[in-house]
Amino acid sequence: MADIRNNFVGIKSPNPFWLASAPPTDKAYNVVRAFKAGWGGVVWKTLGEEGPPVVNVNGPRYGAIWGADRRLLGLNNIELITDRQLQLNLQEIKQVKKDWPDRALVVSLMVPCVEESWKAILPVVEETEADGIELNFGCPHGMSERGMGAAVGQVPEYIEMVVRWCKANTRMPVITKLTPNITDVRRPARAAFAGGTDAVSLINTINSITSVNLDTFSPEPSIDGKGSHGGYCGPAVKPIALNMVAEIARDPETAGLPISGIGGVTTWRDAAEFLALGAGNVQVCTAAMTYGFKIVQEMIAGLENWMDEKGHQTLDDVCGRATKNVTDWQYLNLNYIAKAHIDQEACIKCGRCYIACEDTSHQAITSSVNGVRHFEVMEDECVGCNLCVNVCPVENCITMVPLAAGVLDQRTGKTVSPEYANWTTHPNNPMSKQAAE
Amino acid sequence: MAIGLFKDGIEPGRLAPAEYADNFSDLHPPLDKHEALVEADRCYFCYDAPCMQACPTSIDIPMFIRQIATGNPLGSAKTIFDQNILGGMCARVCPTETLCEEACVREKAEGKPVQIGRLQRYATDEAMEQGKQFYTRAEKSGRKVAIVGAGPAGLAAAHRLTSYGHDVTIFEAKPKSGGLNEYGIAAYKSTHDFAQAEVDYVTAIGGIEIEHGKALGRDIHLGELSEQYDAVFLGMGLAGVNALRAEGEDALGVTDAVDFIAELRQSTNLSRLPVGRRIVVIGGGMTAIDAAVQSKLLGAQDVTICYRRGQEDMNASEFEQDLATANGVVIRHWIQPKRVLIENGKVSGIELEYTVMRGGKLTGTGETLVLPADQVFKAIGQQFDANALNGSRPKIALEKGRIKVDSEGRTSVKNVWAGGDCVADAREDLTVAAVAAGRDAAESINRFLKA
Repeated sequence: MADIRNNFVGIKSPNPFWLASAPPTDKAYNVVRAFKAGWGGVVWKTLGEEGPPVVNVNGPRYGAIWGADRRLLGLNNIELITDRQLQLNLQEIKQVKKDWPDRALVVSLMVPCVEESWKAILPVVEETEADGIELNFGCPHGMSERGMGAAVGQVPEYIEMVVRWCKANTRMPVITKLTPNITDVRRPARAAFAGGTDAVSLINTINSITSVNLDTFSPEPSIDGKGSHGGYCGPAVKPIALNMVAEIARDPETAGLPISGIGGVTTWRDAAEFLALGAGNVQVCTAAMTYGFKIVQEMIAGLENWMDEKGHQTLDDVCGRATKNVTDWQYLNLNYIAKAHIDQEACIKCGRCYIACEDTSHQAITSSVNGVRHFEVMEDECVGCNLCVNVCPVENCITMVPLAAGVLDQRTGKTVSPEYANWTTHPNNPMSKQAAE
Repeated sequence: MAIGLFKDGIEPGRLAPAEYADNFSDLHPPLDKHEALVEADRCYFCYDAPCMQACPTSIDIPMFIRQIATGNPLGSAKTIFDQNILGGMCARVCPTETLCEEACVREKAEGKPVQIGRLQRYATDEAMEQGKQFYTRAEKSGRKVAIVGAGPAGLAAAHRLTSYGHDVTIFEAKPKSGGLNEYGIAAYKSTHDFAQAEVDYVTAIGGIEIEHGKALGRDIHLGELSEQYDAVFLGMGLAGVNALRAEGEDALGVTDAVDFIAELRQSTNLSRLPVGRRIVVIGGGMTAIDAAVQSKLLGAQDVTICYRRGQEDMNASEFEQDLATANGVVIRHWIQPKRVLIENGKVSGIELEYTVMRGGKLTGTGETLVLPADQVFKAIGQQFDANALNGSRPKIALEKGRIKVDSEGRTSVKNVWAGGDCVADAREDLTVAAVAAGRDAAESINRFLKA
């Protein structure tokens, strides 16, 4: 049986599934329910400094986009950090940690960008005996307008500075949460690393407007006819998050920096993908907000089952296994040739592969053969682009089949070379690094 | 007070009053908005969609479903009406299980097709309830077209012709328009007087005059019509009913199923409609099913459909057969009527003979059985009554006992077209096929008139 116990920068939890800092972790009531459901840890919703709490809007806080059957694909929010009193949060954190010693309890923090503010809050958090802190440098709305959240996360120098203050003023592990609303996520990660952070977590939410009300012309979510950008999350952002995790994981400058993966984790499979790309654990929010806390049970069982099937005994056997396979385009093997193949038994003859290829790609699929509706790949036209695979409604009906070395590629009339050859040495590349003759 | 199931003879009022309303409520209740959106999301928007190819009127089904899914039900209705102005009735009566829904790729994928018929009803109901008209008449052409029969073929032809600016006069033998939509469909498939609402919706475009009580060969004559009008479209359907060719078929209690169905549809109080205690329906098509199921719903105790061939030969779709058996109708195959038994001048039973296929020919085995019955319905098909054409100077060519037409619906007479059940190639005698024939003939007529 796979052992999925997690040790992330010394913080232990029975599984790698944490709830991200967000509405589900705003108070003891929710967190206790989450722990009862089986979550391995939580990052408590972001605390601000002592004093009157922030206020939230009193209208809609969330906007969304949906797929077929109104499956929620992407959610955005304009909620701020906790709007409850600091002391109340601290009391509850202390009690919950006491009652649930085996679960990870990390506290998210966001205070003004001055050292005194951090010096003030760190000891009171430490006093709760929470396992660590997460620096919220990601929140893209509201708080950023006040010089916090993403306003810090978008300036690497500030990140490094604040991380340094935190490391100097607490014994707790420091996790720096990064915003995706930047050009190159390695820069803030390097800054956090330089400041001495124990780990980074990413991604925070993405600046977004989910929709426009076509009756009132207000962006959604609409507050009295106006809207502001919110933070986007959910399944739709997973690919962006995976890439950013991979970018940091394979950056030699931050080699070995632990990563907590966040962004659209909805199933065990999503979680396994984050782990494979280098995350030490994952944080989840939207899936819980969509389906409730019970989903963690599917994640735990699914991850264990997959690990058993593949013979992975611990999370360490999985973490980072895909990282080395992430490379730059220029290093991809141009001698690798694959062709789409349609399984005629599985084909339901919807014709979407055909029209996608015919209208928008390479005219490489038939629509009829001898007057009969029949969809088949013409190998002499197929460039192997994979679009047909992606538009086909039946899983595994269309697959990409690699051509073996020595086989004739009917499209180019050349035999497939067994050699690896990439763009850097390609004759068409003006910058080609071929050795002079 | 209901007399119950056990009273012999053909009697009204077998059920408690409330049961009639229940029994004859909508067979496929309309989808509400949520249901429609969930169902619409199941459509894959196939290329050159098989459902569309299976539709006799070639409605762009993926497009109309996508329009429902994107919150544009009126646009969806227009997509439907562009091809089939009687899309509302077709949504109710089409045997979708053998047309679009049989072809749906999700039928192949998971045995559960998109419910195209019910989605079509959702969109067309929305437009009709809002009274939304999508078409206007072109500038008047000054040409006149006579149409015989205000059924699906005639109405479809009339709508298309008037939209081109031609003036249309429809001559209808019956007191109401709609043809089989009004007189020939089971009541639970067309509730709330939908057939008349649809006639009103179709004719609201203007330029269509309907004269009721005018039968061809009796009140009007083809020769005159073809002279007085620039073009004529014949869509009068089938007037005759095939004979049982069984001894005693004229006895009291032997009824044409089509008449029973029509009477039921016209009834304003079903509790006054008499129905037998033990009923035998002879036939294997939709009419047989409609008569049998409705008899059962009126309170008949035993209803048996007797069909002379096997289950796979039945014209009624599998869905219709299941509907019948689910309602307690017994379907017996390989059995043909031989003699109607009569007591006191009334039907008391029917003697039937078992059948087999021998050398590719259906033959009786000689062995018989008797089913007790106080009512026997003949539902063995209708025939074209060519007498209506008699006396017309231009002689119209027939084929297989019906009017011969070419692919555009042209008869052998220069300015006369025909379509629907009265033509030889009636495409399975379906409402939707009649609509397609009427529409296509109208296009042909328009080309002729504008040439």
